[in-house]
Amino acid sequence: MFRRSEQDQRPPVQIFVDGVAVAARQGDTVSAALLASGVDARRSTAVSGAPRLPYCMMGVCFDCLVTIDGVGNRQGCLVPVAEGMQVEIQKGKREIGK
Amino acid sequence: MTVAPKSEDYDVVVIGAGPAGLAAAATSAEAGLSTLLLDENIGPGGQVFRAISSTPVTDRNQLGADYWVGADLVQALRASGAEVIHRATVWSLDRNLEIAVSIGGASAFVKAKRVILATGALERPFPIPGWTLPGVMTAGAAQTMLKSSALVPDGRTVIAGQGPLLWLLAAQILRLGGRIDRILDTTERRNYLAALPHAFAFLTSPYFAKGLSMMREVKAKVQVVSGVTELSAAGDGLLASVSYVAGRKRETIPADLLLLHQGVVPNVNLAMAAGVEHHWDDLQLCWSPVLDASGNSPVAGIAIAGDGAGIGGANAAVVRGRIAARAAVDALAPAAAAKLPAIATLRADLAKAERGRVFLDTLFRPAPQFRIPSGDTIVCRCEEVTAKDVLDSVAIGATGPNQLKAYRRTGMGPCQGRLCGLTVTELIAQARGKSPQEIGYYRLRAPVKPITLAELAAVPKTEADVKAVVRG
Amino acid sequence: MSGEYDVAVVGGGLLGSAIAWGLGRIGKKVAVLDEGDITKRASRANFALVWVQSKGLGMPAYTVWTVRASEAWGRLASELKQQTGLDVCLQQNGGFHLTLGEDEFGQRADLVKRMHNQIGAADYKMEMLSASEVKKSLPLIGPEVSGGSYCPLDGHVNSLRTFRAFHTGFRAFGIDYFPERPVSAIGKSGGEFRLATPKGELRAAKIVLAAGNANQTLAPMVGLLAPMGPTRGQIVVTERTMPFLPHPLTTIRQTDEGTVMIGDSKEDELDDRALKHSISSVMTDRAQRMFPHLSRLNVVRSWAGIRVMPQDGFPIYDQSETHPGAFVACCHSGVTLASNHAFEVARMVAQGALEPELVGAFSASRFGGAGAANNSGY
Repeated sequence: MFRRSEQDQRPPVQIFVDGVAVAARQGDTVSAALLASGVDARRSTAVSGAPRLPYCMMGVCFDCLVTIDGVGNRQGCLVPVAEGMQVEIQKGKREIGK
Repeated sequence: MTVAPKSEDYDVVVIGAGPAGLAAAATSAEAGLSTLLLDENIGPGGQVFRAISSTPVTDRNQLGADYWVGADLVQALRASGAEVIHRATVWSLDRNLEIAVSIGGASAFVKAKRVILATGALERPFPIPGWTLPGVMTAGAAQTMLKSSALVPDGRTVIAGQGPLLWLLAAQILRLGGRIDRILDTTERRNYLAALPHAFAFLTSPYFAKGLSMMREVKAKVQVVSGVTELSAAGDGLLASVSYVAGRKRETIPADLLLLHQGVVPNVNLAMAAGVEHHWDDLQLCWSPVLDASGNSPVAGIAIAGDGAGIGGANAAVVRGRIAARAAVDALAPAAAAKLPAIATLRADLAKAERGRVFLDTLFRPAPQFRIPSGDTIVCRCEEVTAKDVLDSVAIGATGPNQLKAYRRTGMGPCQGRLCGLTVTELIAQARGKSPQEIGYYRLRAPVKPITLAELAAVPKTEADVKAVVRG
Repeated sequence: MSGEYDVAVVGGGLLGSAIAWGLGRIGKKVAVLDEGDITKRASRANFALVWVQSKGLGMPAYTVWTVRASEAWGRLASELKQQTGLDVCLQQNGGFHLTLGEDEFGQRADLVKRMHNQIGAADYKMEMLSASEVKKSLPLIGPEVSGGSYCPLDGHVNSLRTFRAFHTGFRAFGIDYFPERPVSAIGKSGGEFRLATPKGELRAAKIVLAAGNANQTLAPMVGLLAPMGPTRGQIVVTERTMPFLPHPLTTIRQTDEGTVMIGDSKEDELDDRALKHSISSVMTDRAQRMFPHLSRLNVVRSWAGIRVMPQDGFPIYDQSETHPGAFVACCHSGVTLASNHAFEVARMVAQGALEPELVGAFSASRFGGAGAANNSGY
């Protein structure tokens, strides 16, 4: 859906999405890294289970919710990636203990 | 990286580090007032100057000169001595000017003598059939990714809607080598006529020449369909196609990405939750706070600057930020005000920056069918409530958004009405034959952004608070 | 708004709606006069328990009335479902009041003992359970939970959906719902009541005052008394999470949607626009000590509401001697008692007289023309 411009010289950062290594860049938000990665990052809603991807990328729509380092329902568009970060795509309601 | 505020008390707390907030905080701190700037994003700039200090887009022409103005504002802020905290989400502001802010999973509480809200704008909801499908995003979302991560659309891309930002985004995508298959312009034909009386002001504003050359630049490379009167997105769990009607002819084109934009509206949640009165702006079709000429709201000590005060664009936001800060300086340290630009100069700057705005507002007034949906089109994305659900509720007695909320949970999700509020108000107004002003808006309360339960549980409590809760 | 009605119900909240719906159900021509979008509505702010335990200390008749309501709720839920298609998600598998530390456990045990010593307690079935016994039903409790009381009659419901179901049901019963018509004056002439509203007058043979705390002002217009003592309560709500709480608690419940509601505070304040985060802090701190995993959930909303509360805490149901055909109904527990309001109170209003054996104890004559202190335990 999105690709990186060649002029982007930022250092790489490796994150893991559902356990699989994904290349991101320093300064990416989690949501941007997911959308650039080509992986299927669709979450499903807590109401009907409908699939969603980020909509606004500026912290207002909450369609970018992901589990980051074991904590559910984080706004992926507001959190910068960090080396080794564990991201999980959420399906439905937030799980107990996450 | 996570830092709590250094003090519990400030002369001025500015919320939001976009054009207005950057200018307000720098002005206030330069005048010697203790100033704290709180911002939710990773770095300064807000949306217009998003990633201004970190963008990987190094060719300055690609983002345009208007973008790089932000770098000067950031430099002025850094030189001013204002305390700045990013990734700081303000979740409560009350009439006593007490602010609760979440930073790194913990809340801090600060009190201000003056608060300048510079929470900016968000994109107007664009509730068309299929707008919740993965692959449908706002134009602003694509621009955010372009500025902060140099990401450009790759698959079959359609941009639909209207307004200056749409053309700017298209130009930026093309300059960075991204793909745009088609632009669907939803500007109503009759708007051109309505805007004509305001054209002179616009023609003599700085926006005119820039806008025209940008549109030429885009139209040379992309097929643009104007006069689009219907629009929908379709796909099975993922966007597959975009359908539209232009000149009574329907067309369906395959698409992987649909970027929507029909202008921006003030981000009112924090101001409303703080008790600032808002009124319906019939021209801009949104809620605007009631403010005096310096941006002071009816709530003593709370001023609003930038697009949160009514859409005026980045240049106006900067000046409004300076005016609001100057009012704070006048009130708290009158002697220091002498160093600042004269108020008459600032007002002249503002008039210049706002020149042409009425033309833009009139020309790009979104068409009713793109603001007021029908049938199964989702209105509330969080709770998945449709236009029909809203109308059914009106039929059984919902007179406004709050009763609707009780019936249907609209606005109860995490976005707290940001993506449905305007649609709900206009939909009910239309159904009841009333004005949006008469219908009103959701009653908003803190927390205006979600915080963890542990954070709320850590708020200091007194013996009286405990007694109000614990009983046999 | 012209035309004659058998009954005009003043107040379209849960209490007025239940009575109106009940009257429509038995064929009466009913009008409901309600306020507009922004008003103090306990029906939008409540905690949605269908609750029995600890109700009625100091007034045995209230225990009996509450148990009756609890037992009739299933019938109400199924009639609403049948009529409107709306599932109000009634769940009545017993509820808990959890205690933190030994002092609270001791205090609760005392309360249970006092309830049992009172006449009518045979209906009650409320018992104290140790922490390990509680854990069998609520496995996620934290180590600070010292135990709690349990009552098998307790439950909860989706109160907002109930509210919507009543209003949806109005149409099928031919009930006229008039929002934005607060009643400013009530007179009686020519054998019928005349209610003044900003949008004209409405006439009805009988009236039921169900306007919550505003009953205090309306009741004297027709020779009735409704001394109120409202308080402010706050509620905190989290995002949706997977089901973890199979039973409702007095202060925590998980809704059918998955959100977790946390209550409830009590202050002598009447401004429902203001919120004290320090009070929400006490509530959420206790919640996370009861269920430690809650600490990580996001709070998405919180609000304050004003309780409808007769001055002594017990319901008021009364009929006017000077203005026959005028009734007043107000109580704190508009959710719990909804079934009684829909079935019993509506029936009595339709027949023109309240039955002393059912609701005689709730006459406002108990106030002796004056107010009283609230000892009900709310």
